[in-house]
Amino acid sequence: MLQLTNISKSFGGVTALRDVAFALAPGEIHGLIGENGAGKSTLMKIIAGVHHDYDGTLALDGTIRRFASTREARAAGIGMVHQELSSVRSLTVAENVYLGAQPITRFGSIDWRAMQRGAREHLARLGIEVDPRAELGTLSLGLQQLVEVARVLFSGARIIILDEPTSALSPPEVERLFSVLRRLRDANHSLIFISHFLDDVLAICDRVTVFRNARAVATAACADVSKAWLIEHMIGAGHDALEESYTADRQLPPVPATPIVLESNGLTLAGAFRDVSLHVRAGEVLGVYGFMGSGQLELAHSLAGKLAADSGQVAVDGHAVRLRSTTQARRAGIALVPESRRSMLFAEEPVFKNVTIAMLRRIGALLLHPAAERAIAQRQARQLAIRPPNVDLPLRALSGGNQQKVALARWLAHLPRVLLLSEPTRGMDVGAKDDVTKIVRGLREQGIGIVVVSTEPETVLSLADRILVMRKGSVVHEFAAETVSKDRLLAAA
Amino acid sequence: MSEQAEQVAGVARGGMVAWLRGQMRNIAPFATLLFLLAFFAVASPSFATVGNVWNILTQVSVTGIIAVGLTFVILCAEIDLSVAAIANATGIVVAFFTMQDTSVNIDNLPLPGSVAIVLAFAACFALGAVNAFGMTWIGIPSFIMTLAMLQIGAGICALMVRGQIAYAVPKLVNTLGSGFIGPLPWIVVVAALALLLGHLVLTYTRFGRYVYMVGGNREAAEYSGVNVRAVIAAVMIISAVCSGIAGMLGVAYFGSAQQNEFDTYLLDSIAAVVVGGTSLFGGQGGIGNTIIGLLVLGVLNNGLDHVNVDSFLKILIRGLILLAALIINVYAQRMRTLARSQ
Repeated sequence: MLQLTNISKSFGGVTALRDVAFALAPGEIHGLIGENGAGKSTLMKIIAGVHHDYDGTLALDGTIRRFASTREARAAGIGMVHQELSSVRSLTVAENVYLGAQPITRFGSIDWRAMQRGAREHLARLGIEVDPRAELGTLSLGLQQLVEVARVLFSGARIIILDEPTSALSPPEVERLFSVLRRLRDANHSLIFISHFLDDVLAICDRVTVFRNARAVATAACADVSKAWLIEHMIGAGHDALEESYTADRQLPPVPATPIVLESNGLTLAGAFRDVSLHVRAGEVLGVYGFMGSGQLELAHSLAGKLAADSGQVAVDGHAVRLRSTTQARRAGIALVPESRRSMLFAEEPVFKNVTIAMLRRIGALLLHPAAERAIAQRQARQLAIRPPNVDLPLRALSGGNQQKVALARWLAHLPRVLLLSEPTRGMDVGAKDDVTKIVRGLREQGIGIVVVSTEPETVLSLADRILVMRKGSVVHEFAAETVSKDRLLAAA
Repeated sequence: MSEQAEQVAGVARGGMVAWLRGQMRNIAPFATLLFLLAFFAVASPSFATVGNVWNILTQVSVTGIIAVGLTFVILCAEIDLSVAAIANATGIVVAFFTMQDTSVNIDNLPLPGSVAIVLAFAACFALGAVNAFGMTWIGIPSFIMTLAMLQIGAGICALMVRGQIAYAVPKLVNTLGSGFIGPLPWIVVVAALALLLGHLVLTYTRFGRYVYMVGGNREAAEYSGVNVRAVIAAVMIISAVCSGIAGMLGVAYFGSAQQNEFDTYLLDSIAAVVVGGTSLFGGQGGIGNTIIGLLVLGVLNNGLDHVNVDSFLKILIRGLILLAALIINVYAQRMRTLARSQ
């Protein structure tokens, strides 16, 4: 039904897809797996008409097509359900199903009755039990997603691409989604199911294609393969593995006997994470790993006072602390370097002001002392090898890796008790990653507690002494004082 | 200090052109001021005289005092539309508590001058605190919150004077608003001191740094442990107190306290800050810019009188100048971005 051959695509100098072939049969659910950046989403964007300057051919029902826009792809019957749903939460279910195509009475007004009747019938055909008059935002996320599937289908899609559809769903919701998907398959629709959750892929898909390093490395019938087989192909085995770092085993050190600096008990934030209990010891780096949307980023922001948790307790050095604002967290000795540099740095201000902003009170209660600030920033610039070493340059004049070092320097100049690092090496080149690793190791020596939160297994494996794995908001596994490797980490998530 | 840093950065990115682009917001208002001065000096013989210099400075003083507080607010990427209303209300409060002439038909409450002044300060502080509370605790956007306060201030004015006019204010207020030391009008001295104090606070104190940082990137300030809500609450109160001082002195300067007498000062003070080049997006600019903006507006208003322009056309010209300044303001932001990407 859909046939892609010899697809290649690069962005600037970076190859995103290399000679990829992909075929989708009618009445098939086809799984698509691979690590972040392996090429899955680029391929889907080509199918959905987002990218059109690619090499290779795309044939739909035997005709070669090149969609110039997402609108053209939609008109050809290709629909997409994004991880972040694109429905309108303030409209009713029926209005969402009919979005952009409301039935009209002969007086030109919207025919509400026909719309509700049509939506009810359409949803019933799919086996989705929901009141079409309900406001979408009041429904559970799982139902909202099903409504979005119904909408995409109603707009005439025969091929539906589902991007991480199960990441935010509870097990019964996943089951309900699967039953709808099976109905669609039986009605001869074709589905592409992109997911990090290998168990889900094996449970629902007929076939699966594995991506690695911009290539489609394997396609197999799901009945014939195991989870281990999938992981092996995702991260590469044997000869291929030698080319990649961190696929080797890593021995986690024994847990130190130092005092606990940060402890959380039953920390819960609705829609993000639930019942998270963890502790970090002095001089220990705790890694928290999970797929995108598993709640670990929200956990870090909650511990930093940016997102207020609904329930649970946090203690620093054994004293209970309130974390309703970043100011409170800062006072409790907790500091965060968030995943987005832009949200933590001042692009227009000189480097030294970026370094000292969090410790001005210690330099002077009322007045500023720029000379002292510069001296502090210069010492940090030397220690962290920030390039160029001129602390009067505006921050925006620095490269991304050096900006990240400035972000770290802010907390190094005035050590907190607990340092939370969210995606500390995302988007960095190898050299900068190495520098960050060294900085984190150095911090550990100084006896503070460090939490590294990431969706990249390499980051956690290279930095952490102990690793918690989160899945759908809960901590599901802990690796401590044992041998871990990327495949075991992925298998646990 | 920061200029030097900018220069270093500019040269590092490839020379004067990039540096000039980055400095556009400071250069353009200054060039406008020089151009206006030269134009009016040539066009009118009565413009470039010592007496007229004092005229211009006196004319911008009330606006200047309001603009000090407003500079803090706009640097934080907020806005305060209630400045003129708070000024008016404070001016009326101070007159309300002063013994008026028997011809004045206001049911007022005469108190000693110092008490009246303290009560007036308390009034503007309280109005600013209500703005701060609405914005930081309830979460009302500043544009809407201060719009409501504009109405509240006008309401307080209306209730207190009930359409009448009061004339007397405490002696101290009268001296500072309309008195002289030698050739110097006191109100110019007060405005200059307010601008100087504002500049010192913004440049040399920890709080001033926080104001710039909150305006430059509010989220980053929050992640740095800066108490963003406290900073925003503080600038709203500073703005209200500056407006209050301007209101008291303004009443003495005008010689009367009545409804709606400050209405034009809202636009004038916002225009002064923005024409001077302080970014509407926050974090860039300062009192230096505001001084240039005040002088541009002051010279323009005064100069147009000297060259005999139709007084109805004057209003339009002021509007066009403000539009031009807004274009430069937004354009300067884009220039910076351009200079950065090169």
